[in-house]
Amino acid sequence: MAAADDPHLSFAAIRKIYDGAIAVDGVDCKIPIGQFVALVGASGSGKSTLLKTVNRLIEPTSGRVLLEGKDVVDLPAPVLRRRIGYVFQGIGLFPHMDVAENIGIGPRLAGAPLASERIAELLEWVELDGGYASRMPGELSGGQRQRIGVARALASEPRLLLMDEPFGALDPVTRDALGKRTRALHDRLGLTTIMVTHDMAEALLLADRVLVMHGGRIVADESPHGLLAGAGGKIAQALVAVPREQAGRIEALEA
Amino acid sequence: MSEIWPILLGLGDKLAAHVVLAASAIALGIVVALPLAVWASRVPFMARVVLGFASLVQTIPALALLALFFPILLSLRAIFGEGLPTLGFLPALLALALYALLPILRNAVTAREHMAPGVLEAANGVGMTGWQKLRLVEAPLAAPYVMAGIRTAAVWTIGAATLSTTIGQPGLGDPIFAGLQTQNWALVLAGCIASAGLALVADVLLGMIERGFAGRRKWLVWGGLAVAATGIVASALALRPVADSNDRIVIGAKSFSEQYILAQLIGGRLEKAGYTVEYRDGLGSAVVHNAVTTGAIDISIDYTGTLWTNQLGREDNPGREEIYRIIVDWERETTGTHVLGRLGFDNAYALAMRRDRAARLGIETLADLARLSPQLTIGGDVEFFERPEWIAVREAYGFNFAQRRNFTTTFMYNALQSGEADAISAYTSDGRIAADDLLVLEDVKGAFPAYDALVLIAPEHADDTGLLAALEPLVGAIDVEAMREANFAVDREKGKQSPQQAARQLAARLGL
Repeated sequence: MAAADDPHLSFAAIRKIYDGAIAVDGVDCKIPIGQFVALVGASGSGKSTLLKTVNRLIEPTSGRVLLEGKDVVDLPAPVLRRRIGYVFQGIGLFPHMDVAENIGIGPRLAGAPLASERIAELLEWVELDGGYASRMPGELSGGQRQRIGVARALASEPRLLLMDEPFGALDPVTRDALGKRTRALHDRLGLTTIMVTHDMAEALLLADRVLVMHGGRIVADESPHGLLAGAGGKIAQALVAVPREQAGRIEALEA
Repeated sequence: MSEIWPILLGLGDKLAAHVVLAASAIALGIVVALPLAVWASRVPFMARVVLGFASLVQTIPALALLALFFPILLSLRAIFGEGLPTLGFLPALLALALYALLPILRNAVTAREHMAPGVLEAANGVGMTGWQKLRLVEAPLAAPYVMAGIRTAAVWTIGAATLSTTIGQPGLGDPIFAGLQTQNWALVLAGCIASAGLALVADVLLGMIERGFAGRRKWLVWGGLAVAATGIVASALALRPVADSNDRIVIGAKSFSEQYILAQLIGGRLEKAGYTVEYRDGLGSAVVHNAVTTGAIDISIDYTGTLWTNQLGREDNPGREEIYRIIVDWERETTGTHVLGRLGFDNAYALAMRRDRAARLGIETLADLARLSPQLTIGGDVEFFERPEWIAVREAYGFNFAQRRNFTTTFMYNALQSGEADAISAYTSDGRIAADDLLVLEDVKGAFPAYDALVLIAPEHADDTGLLAALEPLVGAIDVEAMREANFAVDREKGKQSPQQAARQLAARLGL
């Protein structure tokens, strides 16, 4: 068992090169147990690529990813992935399986299918009624589908949750509600969470720590308070300026 | 319509053979296509290669594809030995399975290409192995599309399977080919109705299964499968040979009336002698000789001129008796096939014209025809222009026709009457020469060889004294007038007889 202050996850000199183009250019970073980390940056900054090296949807060109001190390549990829929750913008519910089968797919693959009580509990975690268990994905709204996506990611009782633009395609109200709900689940279950987003406001409001990526490198590593106090450098501050300026304009309209 | 019903009811064994062939070909197509589709989904380059190949196969006419398997299997005998069948079920199965590949493959590959990328990412993300992804996600999502492909393949295969008659595989093509040959439209219609009906039934059943997959209604899938399986199993049981003994004699016939009649004449005599007889009608002329020498069929009727040029590859003409004697020796020594004897008439190739047209153009001989050939159209049966006899005659007279057209034998005579052809390849024993009052052009250079009809007995029956004794009386017994009359009885438009009736009448006339 790792000591409490050992990192849950660490990236060591991760580089990823696609056909000569550098996507991730030497990332070193340690993430402690229990932290909610937002990975923020513009499109093409390498944030999604970096995230996917953790569950090996992408294999880095060089460097190592250590999960609880062990290199992620030591386990077969399917076994590794069953231990890590994964939520992404495309959601990817299996259209031929009902909600209960979708949620229970990870444990079923691992040979320990879920009881219906557990399905109901997972549904309740994402604020859905137990009656949804028998619905098909095609009958659900986008927000409901991503709630199921979150429940599916948590079904195998992972300690690490990866989210790749999880709420990017949702309407603002659903997005806000599901963001808050996810943060609450993070706290309640004691997860370590990494969320990729291009929305600095979302990052500031949900995360404990914000990593800003640009050109394949981490250019800022700050707390939300630090960023709001002006730390992190020019690129990070340019991203912070957007929601701050919007908030100012809204305030001015109200005055 | 009233004529069609009794024919339809008599097609039971043809239908069963058709079902078993088509079902086997579709099954083989599925077994080959699905792994290829999985491979193609993993390796994009393979998708192009595999689809390209399947599309290429599709451009080959089904009839040609079926015929192509005869030489392919013949050459494969070098590897698999002489027991490898070159005619009948095996080549039909292989050709049709190849034909069924494309729609199944294309739908499977398309289904995989159009699968939502998020679903595949999720499959990886939740920790599926490659096999689990295939079984739990890709296969169920592709199933309705694959079923639609199988459905298309089934309809195609059932249709194309009618063509397997030409390579000696019984099926619903038998009545169609026999009917086309003898202008017995009831027979053609019955074959078409049965084949179309079968295709419709298969389409409905497979459609049920497809809807079952798409709507995730298992009872539809199992229901459709159960009915289809019942039909196939029942057909297979119906086809199980009752007693496959040496007493079962298979008589082959090329696709024209004379052959049908003589096959019936021979079959009738053998049945009287206690043999069980089966007919393989409508065989391509090129495959018949090979079929009898390899025992795929037991008896065939052939012609000296055909064997002389096509089998012995000779172009010289040492005289009628000498040719016959050489053929008998050659068959005995190289193929082990027994030449029972000549039937007594000769069915030579000739070129014929309408008498009025020939008179107007002043044509009496092939030499006259050659002079005017650049302005004329010649019609031939489907194989005529590829035959060495035609090439020899063309060289001898220097023919250079303005146009060359192929017809089935029956339509060839119609084309001559309607003026779509000025001259046609005709057979001297054909009753329509007299009936249509055609002029047979004189072969002044003797370029067409003689075509004495003879009976060939497969090697394994060469010593079957009972069989030889039953057929011996036919030797030298049939004169050309008798044959012409029997042919015409089948070929004429009004009051036509079935080949079986004509054979009985011929036997009676000859006192056999």
